[in-house]
Amino acid sequence: MVLDVKWAVRWLTLCAQAMAENRVWLIELDRAIGDSDHGENMDRGFQAVLEKLAEAQPETPGAALKLTAMTLMSKVGGAAGPLYGTAFLRASTALGDAAEIDPGRLADALVAARDGIVARGKAESGDKTMVDAWTPAAEAAQAAAADGAGTVLGVLVAAAEAAEAGAVATEPLVARKGRASYLGERSAGHRDPGAASSALILRAAVGAAA
Amino acid sequence: MTVRLVVVSHSEKIADGAVELAAQMAPDVVILAAGGTADGRIGTSLEKVMSALDKAAGGDGVVVLTDLGSAVMTAESALELVEEPAGVLLADAPLVEGLVAAAVAAQGGADVKAVKRAAEAVYGLGPEVAAASRVLAESTVAEGSVTGSGPDFTGDFELVNEAGMHARPAAKIAGGLASLNAEVTVNGVDGASMTSLMTLAAAKGSLLHIEAWGPDAERALNYVGGLVQAGFGEP
Repeated sequence: MVLDVKWAVRWLTLCAQAMAENRVWLIELDRAIGDSDHGENMDRGFQAVLEKLAEAQPETPGAALKLTAMTLMSKVGGAAGPLYGTAFLRASTALGDAAEIDPGRLADALVAARDGIVARGKAESGDKTMVDAWTPAAEAAQAAAADGAGTVLGVLVAAAEAAEAGAVATEPLVARKGRASYLGERSAGHRDPGAASSALILRAAVGAAA
Repeated sequence: MTVRLVVVSHSEKIADGAVELAAQMAPDVVILAAGGTADGRIGTSLEKVMSALDKAAGGDGVVVLTDLGSAVMTAESALELVEEPAGVLLADAPLVEGLVAAAVAAQGGADVKAVKRAAEAVYGLGPEVAAASRVLAESTVAEGSVTGSGPDFTGDFELVNEAGMHARPAAKIAGGLASLNAEVTVNGVDGASMTSLMTLAAAKGSLLHIEAWGPDAERALNYVGGLVQAGFGEP
């Protein structure tokens, strides 16, 4: 499997599909502890990404991710816009103008994405935010890439599985950042919508490479 | 040329309204609104913020004011992407009060750092203002060079707060005097008029000469003097 611009476009297309399919689920998660716009915002944002990709036809994975970053920051509207926008922007910078991505660079890009989210949102692990999906994902990706036999698919699978587990693990947590933090103890018992959509995004990356 | 301002809000109406309000007090300052999303919903849009920053470029710098969480994040993202981020500062201040203070400072020719400080100075009007209000209520004589004779009371007070006579102090003085039966002038302008007080553009260290007439003249003088000496509760 080669991670080139075609993979990147397939990934982003699968992201758009996943957001459309899970729109109602994400809205319900967000209604429980937030302002119930996450599903709608993510769906709209990734539909706009698809339009931009068709127009601009980027030539490298990094260019596709940069276009995604700018579009999400302009179209999502809620906090997820600048957070995912910064994640895709930092990942794009880490990828540079490489035509194909090797396991090490892939892990670097995922770490850069996580660092971008942390820098923008100022959340830490355990705050019940998307960081709780991205930090285990970035660490699992680094571990998989460090293994000499690591493949890009192996790195993506490790990241996606860790993100999924991280998202599930937000359920008992009490939110300390974002809109849900206003609820205090009442935020416990619900999965964080941002962690849930993060897991969907990383799962789509596997789907595009499989 | 003055410092220009950009307002980032989740709501287009809030951004437009805040700009309208501030423009009244600062007619020569370029103030741009970047509120709501491109399709008119509640939210913030990088596109709108970048476009406002673009239009604001080319002056003596730009100060950005924001409302809630993602407005701050979108503004920070935009700052990462603008070509000359050095001249663009993000103010950590309440949107409306901060914008008015920033606009008045910009109108008075303050530089970009001073405009940001003016916006942020509206935070934390604490115990000092409460103390000045007690002076008003109890009608005790404040310390300072107060001289009173007959119906006329006059006093001179030095401005000690860093930002000087900006919007918030002007509002405090004018607001308090409005409830008193007294005619008051500050350096010759009407003390009950916030906009007149701001046109004084009095900086830190300036002397304010207060004259008061009428039944509440002494209380009015003590009220203004107390506020000025306390620096309006600002650094």
